[in-house]
Amino acid sequence: MPDTTPRLVTPSSSDGAQVRVMGHWTATQLAQPRVLPVVQADLSRARERAWGAWDLRSATHLDHVGAQLLWDHWGQQWPQQLEALPEQRAVLERVARFSVPLLPRRRPTLLSYYLGFGEGVLRAGDHLQSFVRLIGQLALNLLRLVRAPHQGPWRDFSGHLYRIGGTALPITALVGFLIGVVLAYLTSQQLRQFGADAYIVNILGIALIRELGPMLAAILIAGRSGSAITAQIGVMRVTDELDAMRVMGISHSFRLVMPRAMALAVAMPLISVWTTLAALAGGMLAADVSLGITPRFFLDALPQAVQIGNLVLACTKSVAFGILIALVGCHFGLRVKPNTQSLGEGTTASVVTSITVVILVDALFAVLFKDVGI
Amino acid sequence: MSADDAAEAALPSAGQPMVEIRKLWSAFDTPERRFVVHQDLDLTVQRGEVLSIVGGSGTGKTVLLRQILGLETPAQGEIRVLGQPVADIGRSGAASRIGMLFQHGALFSAFSVLENVAFPLRELKALPSSLVREAAMVKLQLVGLKPEDADKMPSDLSGGMIKRAALARALIMDPPLLLLDEPTAGLDPDSSDGFVTLLRTLHRDMELTVIMVTHDLDTLFELSTRIAVIADKKVIVAAAPKDVVAFQHPFIHDFFLGERGQRAMELLREYPFAV
Repeated sequence: MPDTTPRLVTPSSSDGAQVRVMGHWTATQLAQPRVLPVVQADLSRARERAWGAWDLRSATHLDHVGAQLLWDHWGQQWPQQLEALPEQRAVLERVARFSVPLLPRRRPTLLSYYLGFGEGVLRAGDHLQSFVRLIGQLALNLLRLVRAPHQGPWRDFSGHLYRIGGTALPITALVGFLIGVVLAYLTSQQLRQFGADAYIVNILGIALIRELGPMLAAILIAGRSGSAITAQIGVMRVTDELDAMRVMGISHSFRLVMPRAMALAVAMPLISVWTTLAALAGGMLAADVSLGITPRFFLDALPQAVQIGNLVLACTKSVAFGILIALVGCHFGLRVKPNTQSLGEGTTASVVTSITVVILVDALFAVLFKDVGI
Repeated sequence: MSADDAAEAALPSAGQPMVEIRKLWSAFDTPERRFVVHQDLDLTVQRGEVLSIVGGSGTGKTVLLRQILGLETPAQGEIRVLGQPVADIGRSGAASRIGMLFQHGALFSAFSVLENVAFPLRELKALPSSLVREAAMVKLQLVGLKPEDADKMPSDLSGGMIKRAALARALIMDPPLLLLDEPTAGLDPDSSDGFVTLLRTLHRDMELTVIMVTHDLDTLFELSTRIAVIADKKVIVAAAPKDVVAFQHPFIHDFFLGERGQRAMELLREYPFAV
């Protein structure tokens, strides 16, 4: 088997003798381990001794990458003397014809940082503007729906209701239950020290019903359905489906955004109540095991400990969370540019933003309604 | 020598076919029934040929191309590419053995044109990046793009430029075998003609073997040295264009001698297989 390793056979003295190029000068061969350093060392030795006579005829194979390597070594000009087969010469000629000086990469300057910052500010403003427009369009579309309910996208609505709400029931129940167990167990350790065992009902009741249930549900749904909404709409952008829809005169907002927002507005409070119930069940179980508080006592004490206002607040909050998750998901989905990277970035940004928005709005609710139900 | 055996076998020895398909069966299973697309299909492609595969829709032309690439596994039969079983083709370094031009280009949309073209070379992780960029620049201009196009994103390119960039990427490692799926579909007549001329030049200069699937009769007659017609689940004829046209079969009659065939047949008289 002939030796295919690309290599140079250099003459012992520089008078008149030729550098012979041997082996397969192809990208695959040059990329073999430890081949390129040897070749480059040979080439630099050839440069030091200023050998100008080259013989390529013994090279069994020469592709464009191998030719490029030689051409660069020759300083992008023909050597004084070159013996080559016609096809090798053709490859070298193509490389010679198309070699252009590479543009140096631009280094970031202070000005470019400044301009980058300005761009960021403008982009943030643009986001805000289109988000407000999205909300406005949703309001107009809701009016249109009220005027002509039979024209509404009801099939879409029910489909989203099932996909976003129905299929999320197992995971939200599981997470809620486990959080309930953990919370009850940790609290019971502290309460036992004060002998205030019975107050576990108050703590769990208020914390889970008012705060944790809606929050947990919203965060899970933001991660699960917010990303799905962005990805769905984003892929529609990549495949030109959004443009096709606009050409048919069908509004994105009416057909894509509104059914999702409505479905989430309905599904979110229901999931929130469901998650809260699962968490309370978990807490009840843990309280029974660790403090000996029976489920019967727990259920009797709960209505006294938690006013009905808390439940109303939790459901109202959840409606707001649902609409916001849908809007953020749609907003980032509609802004996706037709390439895969933008789709990935949009989906990530959508999840992060919707979770942040949910927490911010929750804090807002906590401040505004601090007197309700407590 | 420990050098890569696959690279050693990059070219089959003289006289050996580039692609050899024997007794190929392809079938798709649906819950109701089994669709047999190919039944005992035989096809051989010799070095230096430009073989076009034609057939009605649903006759499995693209499936055949995908099977040659190893993207799909046939139900039965054997496919040898460059003298090796097709299962070995997909290993690393495949870009130096087969180049494929997908119908819609399949450029990586997150990369610029130059990064797309340089991608197979860069993935070798051994060549210096300046060499990789220069090599990609050469291929870019070889397919008729300008150095200024190097930093554009695929979404900013026209249909013809996407095909050219994808062709540059397919050719970056100088593979001996090039597969084309509908190379001129979706191009306007001017770009289409330009692309056909480019393919013919590259075929001649780089000693490529080309297998293509096309519906475009102009492309078919201007490029092909041989045409393989798939009908009745097998290759009914694989011969020089004029022999194929003379072959008696209802599909061939409809395809070449129907109304739309007539115009292309005039071309056939003008260009007697100059390739």
